[in-house]
Amino acid sequence: MSAQHFDNPEITFQPDHSGGTGKIWKIFWVLSLLTIIELALGFFLYAKHGDLGYVTVLSTKCAIAILTLAKAYYIVSVFMHLGDEVRNLIMTIVVPLVLFVWFIIAFLADGNSWKNLRNTNAGSKPNQTEQIQKETNEKAEH
Amino acid sequence: MSTTAIPSGTKWWSGGKSPFNVSYGKVMMWYFLMSDAFTFGAFLISYGTIRFSVNHWADPNHVFNAFPFAGHANLPLAFVSLMTFILIFSSVTMVLAVHEGHHMNRKGVEKYMFMTILGGIAFLSCQAWEWTHLLTGEHVAMLSDGSLGVLPTTVKANPWGADLSHTEILAALQKSTHEQLVEIASTLHHGTQAVAHNVSALSNQELINQISNSELLHATHSGPIAFGGYFFGITGFHGFHVFSGVIINIVMYLKTKLGHFDQRGHYEMIEKAGLYWHFVDLVWVFVFLCFYLV
Repeated sequence: MSAQHFDNPEITFQPDHSGGTGKIWKIFWVLSLLTIIELALGFFLYAKHGDLGYVTVLSTKCAIAILTLAKAYYIVSVFMHLGDEVRNLIMTIVVPLVLFVWFIIAFLADGNSWKNLRNTNAGSKPNQTEQIQKETNEKAEH
Repeated sequence: MSTTAIPSGTKWWSGGKSPFNVSYGKVMMWYFLMSDAFTFGAFLISYGTIRFSVNHWADPNHVFNAFPFAGHANLPLAFVSLMTFILIFSSVTMVLAVHEGHHMNRKGVEKYMFMTILGGIAFLSCQAWEWTHLLTGEHVAMLSDGSLGVLPTTVKANPWGADLSHTEILAALQKSTHEQLVEIASTLHHGTQAVAHNVSALSNQELINQISNSELLHATHSGPIAFGGYFFGITGFHGFHVFSGVIINIVMYLKTKLGHFDQRGHYEMIEKAGLYWHFVDLVWVFVFLCFYLV
């Protein structure tokens, strides 16, 4: 079995594939571990439903989202081999994805603004949002 | 040709070589995946916007708490964990197939491609079961006319609103028709034929008493209609990617078996199919986050 060889003018430097499968299995265990931690946090939110403050729930959900981003990084970098490519290719894929930062913040803020408008009759009934939030929470506790 | 380390200070943009050091096909696969990431991202962000704009959204721990052959056991997160691990594992077998391809080992590529295809089919089967379970589910919820009825989870019905109080349930039952009351009572008895026949003979008041005193009654407001559309739309679009990924993998498996890649001298097609398959796993990581975990 010889290593594969590209007779392709687009590939100036042949990539190095002499490594074993050790790294693949290591990343498999990393991904499994991250998923198990996510599930543990999810069960924590479920088991303590109603007892947790707004900040605790939000920060737990943020922690789960960060773990998800870590999983995404390992899949793209190792399984999809983007980490082994030349910097030019990495940047042409990663830089456009920065748009998501604006995309997520702008649209979730827009959704939240819609909720405030709905609850306050388009701003004519201020301070209603918190009250409705409270009622919803109280109902959920029963 | 032996493997060459890239010398530092290589002038990538001075001409005479590809500045990305990969084939045209692979660059285009990356660009396709990037555009697909924006499509999925737009769907998920749209879902997030609507979810942020309402006071009450369906609690995933209540919606997704079933497991095949487990009856009515309350098992939140269990089935979706199984689906997640199936997809992670099929990603591992895919990257192992790519690895075997690098070493021109046809038997190894065949073995791991076969396992990847099985993983994809297993995932699709799980999804089919989950969809059927939701579409045929029976949940007691308040309808738009204020009466109480039985709703499944579809693109037109969402029974996963906030819980109703006992007083609200009694008021809603008064507005329900005889047929609705019979349906609710049968649901509470898990719809056994004999019981269903029995309850239809009861008067409305007897039915209301039976329903409102039942330990099994769990009645809710209807939730925002958008829930079903987003859930079935996004998991369906992802499922369609898994399905087409399985088709692509089957084609790659057959081409490997026929020795096409050995003749070509490299297994780059397996790498490109692998990029697509890993992307499907990548999207699931975010679907899992947005629909099931938070």
